[in-house]
Amino acid sequence: MSPTRTLAVAGRVLTQVRRDRRTLVMLLVLPCALITLLWWMFADLPGNAFDRLGPGLLAIFPFIVMFLVTSVTTLRERSSGTLERLLAMPLGRLDFLLGYAVAFGIIAALQSALAVAVSVGLLGLDVNGPVWLLGVVAVVDAVLGTALGLFVSAFAATEFQAVQFMPLVVVPQILLCGLFVARDALPPVLEVISNALPLSYAVDAMQELVGAADQSAVWGDVSVVLGFAVAGLALGAATLRRRTA
Amino acid sequence: MMNNVIAIVDLRVVRGTREVLPGITLDVGPGVTGLLGPSGCGKSTLMRSVVGVQEVRSGTVEILGRPAGSKALRDRVGYVTQTASVYDDLSVAENLRFFARVLGVRDLDRACEAAIASVDLDDHRDQVVGDLSGGQRSRASLAVALLGAPDVLVLDEPTVGLDPVLRRDLWALFHRLADDGTAVLVSSHVMDEAERCDRLLLMREGRIIAHGTPAVIRGDARDIEDAFLRLVENEAVA
Repeated sequence: MSPTRTLAVAGRVLTQVRRDRRTLVMLLVLPCALITLLWWMFADLPGNAFDRLGPGLLAIFPFIVMFLVTSVTTLRERSSGTLERLLAMPLGRLDFLLGYAVAFGIIAALQSALAVAVSVGLLGLDVNGPVWLLGVVAVVDAVLGTALGLFVSAFAATEFQAVQFMPLVVVPQILLCGLFVARDALPPVLEVISNALPLSYAVDAMQELVGAADQSAVWGDVSVVLGFAVAGLALGAATLRRRTA
Repeated sequence: MMNNVIAIVDLRVVRGTREVLPGITLDVGPGVTGLLGPSGCGKSTLMRSVVGVQEVRSGTVEILGRPAGSKALRDRVGYVTQTASVYDDLSVAENLRFFARVLGVRDLDRACEAAIASVDLDDHRDQVVGDLSGGQRSRASLAVALLGAPDVLVLDEPTVGLDPVLRRDLWALFHRLADDGTAVLVSSHVMDEAERCDRLLLMREGRIIAHGTPAVIRGDARDIEDAFLRLVENEAVA
């Protein structure tokens, strides 16, 4: 592993995203637009449903977006031959993976900063914990999405297949993360499954920040998500083979 | 035996159920060596084995006395795949800078400019690769392989589809590099490129059917293509 090479990969990925204006705008603006839509949906209803659902959405965005973006871009690296070329060069597999994680982590930080600013500043989301901690959760969450995206890209032969992994990997996590039905109110089997899924902890962390704001509970959740991300990167590294058939 | 840059002994490669290379033994020395054969004969698989990115069933491949793909070789062997392995959404210069960083090339700017000049892409250096023609893209890919002055260059059909003038210039480049001590292994399915090589390896159906200088292989045949046909026909009779 070498920091120079990791940063070279990260810098290159960021240049590519910057060049692709439409993707960049969508990455930054879309989450803000969707969270505003959510706020608007509940605008005429009594109660504080936005305060309950908003944090979950803030956790879900970076995860979904980075999952999709990473699985498609790494698949492109595999099929264009650039990955083969890089692996024939003195580039560690971890340099490659961490480079992607750093680049998308930075984008996620920007994305979350905007979404949080809109949620808290304009839409009146009540956050009891420190706002920057929301950002930390979002970035860790994005790294998780990147890690899983890298991993599944190994099992997709086409970009079309890669996109199909979203309903498989992402949607069940959204359904079981506590946004629709509180996790402890789920049927026991589903609760156990929910406990084993990383997104549940990301959403827990966000909700804790908005609710009781017990920081140690938040860090506990963050470390679980981070653990999943590291495991995902390790699995991803295992799918990067220097020698292929 | 410092003469052998690449030494392959009994290399077998099986892809799926097909035996692509049933057991090849060959040596490649300094200079420009052409690997010629029809498409699908296993040239790319052989080159991938040399670079160390091909899963092999058995046999050994050594480059500069080390097993192919070993760590010490990764910045000494330049490799160009058949499709241009560069990033379409980056400019030529950005691609080169990135790969130069990965290779840990010293004097980054100079190395990149020199590589761009070698493949005659100065006028397109700031253009995004995706906007270039096929030939320009493959030259950009070739430029990446030239970074860091590798000791061995493995080029998989680098001249396909290029304008004759450019093709001549690239062959001149290969010979210049060879004169400076780089061993160049170039594949092609166009037999008329044979005459431009110092040595030839003729390949068919996963086997080397002839090797030597173009003059020796040609013998009294009209050209290399003719010699190739005779070899195949003699084999069929025998």
